[in-house]
Amino acid sequence: MAQGFVGRSAAEMAAALRSGEVTAVELLRQAIVQRDRVDGRVNAFLERTDELAETQARAADERIAREGANAPQLCGIPVALKDVLCLQDVPSTASSRIIRTFRPPYTGTAVQRLLDQGAVVVGKTNCDEFAMGSSNENSAYGAVGNPWDVERVPGGSSGGSAAAVAAGVVPYSLGSDTGGSIRQPAALTGTVGFKPTYGRVSRYGLIAFASSLDQIGPFAQTVEDAAHVYSAIAGHDPLDSTSSASAVEDPFETLRSGVEGMRLGVPREYFVEGLEAGVRQRVDEAIELLRSLGASIEEVSLPSTDAGLATYYIIAPAECSSNLARFDGVRFGMHADEPSLLRSYLSTRGQGFGAEVKRRIMLGTYALSSGYYDAYYRKAQKVRTVIAAEFDAVFEKVDALVCPTSPTVAFTQGAREDPIAMYLCDVLTIPVNLAGLPGISVPCGLSDGLPVGLQVIGPRFQDARVLRVAHAYEQASGAARLRSPMVAEAAP
Amino acid sequence: MSAAAAPPREIEGTGYEAVIGLEVHAQLLTRSKMFCSCSTAYFDSPPNSNTCPVCLGLPGTLPVMNREAVEKTVLTALALGCEIPPFTKFDRKNYFYPDLPKGYQISQYDLPLSRNGRLVFEVDGREVRCGITRVHLEEDTGTLKHAGDLIHEATSSLVDLNRAGVPLMEIVGEPDLRTAEEAREYVTRLRQVLMYIGVNDGSMERGSLRCDANVSLRRVGSTEYGTKVEIKNMNSFRAVHRALEYEIARQLQVLQDGGTLVQETRGWIETENRTVSQRSKEQAHDYRYFPEPDLPPLELDGQYVERIRARLPELPDARQRRFQSQYGLSAYDAALLTASREEADAFEAIAGSGVSAKLAANWMIGDVARLANAHHLPVARSGLGVTGLSALLRLLESGAVNGTTAKELLDELYAAGGDPEALVRDRGLGQVSDEAALAAIVDEVIAANPQVVADFQGGKEQALGRLVGNVMKASGGRADARLVNKLLRERLAG
Amino acid sequence: MTLSRDDVAHVAMLARLGLSDAEMEQYRTQLDAILDAIGKLNEVDTSAVAETAQVGGLLNVWREDEPRESIGAERALANAPERDGPYFRVAAIQE
Repeated sequence: MAQGFVGRSAAEMAAALRSGEVTAVELLRQAIVQRDRVDGRVNAFLERTDELAETQARAADERIAREGANAPQLCGIPVALKDVLCLQDVPSTASSRIIRTFRPPYTGTAVQRLLDQGAVVVGKTNCDEFAMGSSNENSAYGAVGNPWDVERVPGGSSGGSAAAVAAGVVPYSLGSDTGGSIRQPAALTGTVGFKPTYGRVSRYGLIAFASSLDQIGPFAQTVEDAAHVYSAIAGHDPLDSTSSASAVEDPFETLRSGVEGMRLGVPREYFVEGLEAGVRQRVDEAIELLRSLGASIEEVSLPSTDAGLATYYIIAPAECSSNLARFDGVRFGMHADEPSLLRSYLSTRGQGFGAEVKRRIMLGTYALSSGYYDAYYRKAQKVRTVIAAEFDAVFEKVDALVCPTSPTVAFTQGAREDPIAMYLCDVLTIPVNLAGLPGISVPCGLSDGLPVGLQVIGPRFQDARVLRVAHAYEQASGAARLRSPMVAEAAP
Repeated sequence: MSAAAAPPREIEGTGYEAVIGLEVHAQLLTRSKMFCSCSTAYFDSPPNSNTCPVCLGLPGTLPVMNREAVEKTVLTALALGCEIPPFTKFDRKNYFYPDLPKGYQISQYDLPLSRNGRLVFEVDGREVRCGITRVHLEEDTGTLKHAGDLIHEATSSLVDLNRAGVPLMEIVGEPDLRTAEEAREYVTRLRQVLMYIGVNDGSMERGSLRCDANVSLRRVGSTEYGTKVEIKNMNSFRAVHRALEYEIARQLQVLQDGGTLVQETRGWIETENRTVSQRSKEQAHDYRYFPEPDLPPLELDGQYVERIRARLPELPDARQRRFQSQYGLSAYDAALLTASREEADAFEAIAGSGVSAKLAANWMIGDVARLANAHHLPVARSGLGVTGLSALLRLLESGAVNGTTAKELLDELYAAGGDPEALVRDRGLGQVSDEAALAAIVDEVIAANPQVVADFQGGKEQALGRLVGNVMKASGGRADARLVNKLLRERLAG
Repeated sequence: MTLSRDDVAHVAMLARLGLSDAEMEQYRTQLDAILDAIGKLNEVDTSAVAETAQVGGLLNVWREDEPRESIGAERALANAPERDGPYFRVAAIQE
């Protein structure tokens, strides 16, 4: 059967649903066929929710028949959810052995908002265990292959969600971003990845990694799609005390306004030593394009950028060491049978968690422990203030920042075994989480045949502005809508 | 007030004094839990039926603060004379235990809701001022049942999370207490204040009010602290008193024998009248406190504090003093009447309805208290109620019924309820005050009891009582006793 | 900064992570290197700066004291690895 919709954007699918060209049930069928075709190589999916999706797709078709153009934008569109997002009664493993069998008795808020719109969930996606990693090699269920070259990593931690979109299985997916886990995989897979302002999207239902840094956000093929998903999931949630009560700006009021007259800053510290030449070139070209569209470009400085990595690798592990204490084998998850409680804790957690997770738990425990708290955790929280203040100062002069997302293109699996080498992947994305800012990665071409991402960063709550800049670039650039080989195979 | 400032109190003849600080945990009388909307009425619920993903600590869940819990804690702090700082926050206290679902307790560490208060009370006529270091807010843990009841023998334990997340106030007292008696009185008074302001139900048996103590000994006059021992598992005022008495004696014995005391936690074993070491493998916990990232901090401004302060009722001490001055009651009677707010309210309602304070006090302290205990029902919640009791006492005071009848009615109506006025009318229970009618009965009784009369006239005062009793009986218990007395004396004088 | 094996063992116990000897050594070297790299923090002057309490700048977020229905014991216990009737069961707490 035809797979005409593989690789199409959600907006294109939405139009086709309304025009009657296709049904949600058919879109689902195509998604499943594509998934089953590619996933042997990509390994993006941990849980397939086909039965549930069938029900959802049929309901969506009925709704579109009833409401027509008034049906919500995402109604009937297939989606994939990172396996740290809780969907009631569906296993949520966080790509870990320790909760291999956990079925949450509830659905998280962001996911529920998609379901309320009539979304069709194709499955839960693979990721780095508990969202800790930059390559999706830390999963207890196998690494994820990059649809551009399956020997290479898709980035992490939301590797599966990125790959699902890049491979044309679904037009959009949800991931989470704590230090770059949406933006970096987006850059490496040639997709759009958006991390909203901290507090814009409820974290209720997101298996927590670092509470003060985590945010849920979309992967998509176009900025417009990302904006639609953002609009669907953003907004205050009484179940998340850190979610902002301020009104969410409608990104569509300004999405297409272009960048003429806007001031864009290029932070010099983001053009680091380790930045690959090819990446640098694509990003420079993108910046030039923005200039030609009428934006003024100026160099700015964020002097404490290189302290960001150290700051993050104290705060995030500290918070995660506490957030992961609940995985003790008592109320859910893996339980190692031992004669004493203490041994049960030690075995369950020693065997249930992977190496990177254990490493971070120990780092965090150490940083918080008696005698070290001031030198590490407290110091890091102060440096964080400095970093955030530097962004604030820069945003007095410019409207948004543009820079690379990742220092390199996708590297081969196993290329970065040294933890510190892996941590360096996020050096350009981490500061954004530390300051709680909105950030997006949008494809800006290829380097050696592999995707490169352009990052746009805005002040807090200027999510619409970030989407606007990204959209302007994307529309003007031939390099922005990339089709991976897997999409090309299915829909030549 | 620091331990240095409290006057030294030697344990007689020993050269040592005891230094005691109490830590009280009080569950708050809110309707829902601290960080989720589960009910706080967990006590008799089937295990784990009063839970939700948040208080179960399931992955992906987040805490949301209970506004009323904060207000009740501020109210408590104000009642204890504490300062409320403008900025306060929650922190995570990290440790592993099966009754702690998240593996951390959301509590307060360095910036608690309040500090620097005091509780003033009397012991043996002596004023004791105990400082309150801080009052902070946290969440309660679940409960554990050990197969076989004793934790150190159990091969498994059972976890019930119904209680997990109930709002808990921690009240830390300065080590200003010097005797087991003072400690007992401190807990009694603190409980009274908490119940007065409606934040806690005062039940130590159900565990909604818990008390731990830190006890050490030092040479009288020293300002250094001795080795501190923590005492747990004291489930009543009596237990507090006895456990501390025991522990002070134990420590004294060790020191006098030239031994050294171990800093440890000891549990009070009620059935054996002693404290027992609960030394466990992990001695000092490293709680790795850090600010709770899931909860924004609190900024409580002056306006907020004053709004809460306006909710404070008259506190027990002040109310007792006012009862003494306004109603002319003795300190003893006033203390009894203000022991609970409910009782004090009942008394004032009765006194305010036209009954004399003296009469109301006597009855409240006497027969009403007896019935309240017998029926486990304070008068306000009894069948008769405050209105009914007021009506009854008005009948008595006006002479419509005599004392005996009033008592009988009280006994009959206390639990069951009823209208005293109607009953008096319908059953013809009205007091007989007609002199002529009573005189006739008096004369009959005098005639019928010549020996008793002779005894009385011979100087035995008590004999009159027998005659009064006979007249009362003959009148069906309705005679006006004072009038009977008067009539008898008149006739027998001479 | 040299992290000793005892340091690692202590931290692993605090975090209730049962590690083999080989793991202990592996993590020791890795954590040591990471902590070294983190030393960079000391280069930043934070003398005039307060800790970030909350990224969002939010204050006084709370809810009204209204109880809601619980999910019930069966659902609460649905994921329990070890249960005894309506209870979660754990092994002997004292060694």
